[in-house]
Amino acid sequence: MSLRTLEGFKFSTLKTPVHLLDPRTKFLIVIAVLVPALLFANIYVMIVLLLSQIPLLLVGKVARRWALSLRAGVFLSALIFVVNLFTGSYLSAIALTLRFLVLLTSFSLFFMTTSPDDLGLALDRIGAIRWLSRRWLGYPNALSFTFTTAVRLVPTLAVDAQTVVDAQRSRGLELDKGNLLKRVRNYIPILIPLLLIAIRRSLELAEALESRGFPGKEGRTSLFQLRLRPVDYAIIALSLVATIGSFWVFFHYKIPVL
Amino acid sequence: MITLDKVSYTYRSGQKALTDIDLNLEGGDFIAIMGENGAGKTTLAKHLNGLLKPSQGRVLVDGEDTRKASVAKLSRKVGLVFQNPDHLLFSETVRDEVAFGLKNFGFEPDVVNKQVVRTLEALGLSEYAETSPFLLSGGERKRVALAAILATEPDYLILDEPTIGQDYQQKERLRNFILQLYSQGKAVVMITHDVEFVAESNPKVILLSQGRIVASGPADSVLSKDELVKKASLVRPQMSRLFSELTKYGFPSNVVDVHRARILLEEKLSEVKVRVAQNS
Amino acid sequence: MAHAPREIILAKSLGFQYVGARKAAIQGIDLTIKENEFILLTGPSGCGKTSLCRCLNGLIPNFYQGEWTGELLVDGLSVTTQLTSELSRRVGYVFQNPENQLFALTVEKDIAFGPENLGLSREVIRQRVDEAMNVTGTLPLKDLAPYELSGGQQQRVALAGVLAMKPSVIVLDEPTSFLDPRTAEEVMRATDDLRRELGLTIVVVEHRLDLVARFAERIIVMDGGKIVADGGLEETLDEKFDLLEGLGVGVPRVSLLWTMLRRDGLVSGKVPTHVESAAASLQGMMNQ
Repeated sequence: MSLRTLEGFKFSTLKTPVHLLDPRTKFLIVIAVLVPALLFANIYVMIVLLLSQIPLLLVGKVARRWALSLRAGVFLSALIFVVNLFTGSYLSAIALTLRFLVLLTSFSLFFMTTSPDDLGLALDRIGAIRWLSRRWLGYPNALSFTFTTAVRLVPTLAVDAQTVVDAQRSRGLELDKGNLLKRVRNYIPILIPLLLIAIRRSLELAEALESRGFPGKEGRTSLFQLRLRPVDYAIIALSLVATIGSFWVFFHYKIPVL
Repeated sequence: MITLDKVSYTYRSGQKALTDIDLNLEGGDFIAIMGENGAGKTTLAKHLNGLLKPSQGRVLVDGEDTRKASVAKLSRKVGLVFQNPDHLLFSETVRDEVAFGLKNFGFEPDVVNKQVVRTLEALGLSEYAETSPFLLSGGERKRVALAAILATEPDYLILDEPTIGQDYQQKERLRNFILQLYSQGKAVVMITHDVEFVAESNPKVILLSQGRIVASGPADSVLSKDELVKKASLVRPQMSRLFSELTKYGFPSNVVDVHRARILLEEKLSEVKVRVAQNS
Repeated sequence: MAHAPREIILAKSLGFQYVGARKAAIQGIDLTIKENEFILLTGPSGCGKTSLCRCLNGLIPNFYQGEWTGELLVDGLSVTTQLTSELSRRVGYVFQNPENQLFALTVEKDIAFGPENLGLSREVIRQRVDEAMNVTGTLPLKDLAPYELSGGQQQRVALAGVLAMKPSVIVLDEPTSFLDPRTAEEVMRATDDLRRELGLTIVVVEHRLDLVARFAERIIVMDGGKIVADGGLEETLDEKFDLLEGLGVGVPRVSLLWTMLRRDGLVSGKVPTHVESAAASLQGMMNQ
């Protein structure tokens, strides 16, 4: 599984209708897919859930990248299929493999169309997170900032990781030679510098943030805010119907595996 | 000798980083590769020890094609010192750090020990042998990184931005050290944008801009050409800019170094002094 | 300015020792900085320049723990009684590494970060962000991510973020280390232009004097935690040249040249600090 498969979960900076939906809306879409997928083990249900996400993938222009995330899931899918062949019927194996793909698609869609920025803003608004943040870290927005900073540092640290690998290879380090134990030990010269660089970068960033008034005595305003539009409300309503509907069906009917 | 033969390199994203680079490097050479940020200097450096293989053309290190040799093997001859020492340092002591490369290349323990002691001494780091590299200052860490690469005595040494963050004294020490190295017959390549440092060290200068070599020649000739220097997002050395204002007095246009400037001015000013004395 | 420039930074016997350090990073610092000055702070590695800067915006003692001695008043506020967040309204800080001071995922959001922390209204924040982007020429970059920018662009964005706080003092700690010479010159010139336009006080820490010599009027030299020279740039280069050279300060090449010629009795007059004044002085000598 190469790094390319992570592309199926990376945010793509586009401005499609799907991208412009509020992150909370999109999260409810995930729930609306998750709930029936987990409640039922029926092949038709899975197929419907999978197909119903395809229009979203197309409108969001992320279909090609989604294909990459499917590629990432091939190995696990096969594993799930085989394991379930032994523990259940042929049909349940298919259903459960499809379920895995449905969930994979749902998360992939969410992360590809939701910017980490917006996620941070959404996290900021969630009362439970603000409370937790205040208890643990002293400030209501600390937790969501932690998240945003982590995301912000990912591409930078990815470059650092490559540089460390290059630097150590230039000293004769061979990562693809030797027995398992040797190979694991060979990662120490990669991990230690990377860890320290990550720490140093975060400390410098913290210094810079504090120098710009973080966290501030008074309440903090946000220049950008999330706004729920009519289309958001519509989709939220649909998602809630789907979610509640699934629970209702679950408690009232017995849906077989087929 | 390292030869780059019409080397071009394109990233996987399609962006072309280097185009048609021809370059020869042999023992005793002292070369500065200069250019704007993003010109391809580091990309070029990574071709010299095989970290990157050319998309077109080839790189030969002592006759060996880098596409057919491993980085580990090429690193025995080509030492690449990265810009940020923190990308290298991971050991408990400075001694261990310097020994790392030697151990990787399979030297015997007593050889390793001897080399470590020698290298530490050469770089003035002996007192820190048992210290953790992380407790040292920025400048000292840079020297440890240099020691770590030099310990294996590569024939070709490539320094990526060695002067950043260094004060004047540290730069002087570096300059002297480089002098020692190439007079011992090693090849030293320095990637830098420190124009004054280059002006004072007088290497051969290769100017890179947008992946191409736009100039190649002695420092005083390349760095005194305004259009070239501008293209590479550099600034002409102070001496060069000064002498541009003094051409009407018959001075040459390729002065970049303070000492040469002084000698030329001493001559002219002595004449003036004599003339003034005669007239009064 | 109509009124006499007020004293914006006042240090009396200022000293600081980091926790676990064997000796003080700075000691006995007496310093007065007036509004709108452009100050060059220099000295060999480890002399305490960065530590002094950290005191100016409260990173010392809030972010860095240790023992504080003496007094420091910034824009009337005593540093030891303020949080960094309060001082950040008066003193902006631009760091050496361009990339590690940009926090957000787009340039616009990053510049808004500071004013957001001040709890200002959304309209005011919008105004400040737009102003800061205009004045630093970073408007075309507003939707880009920090890692997509060049070093020079990153420094300009960092500067914009600081300006959005509307400080009266800006400290820049070796801001051009990672920049190529042309970009370095642009950043320094932009800083000076802002100083003139907005009446800012600027403190730049730099090893290479030639980069800043054209703009700085005053130089403060430190060594071993103490101030060893403090005065006009021209006077100090003129009278204390040997001291500076001995400390390994990167004196401008033209100043070095002139000093050598003067020692040999071939020129007379004040040491020039940059190319234009050196050329003028030399032409004067030749035309006698």
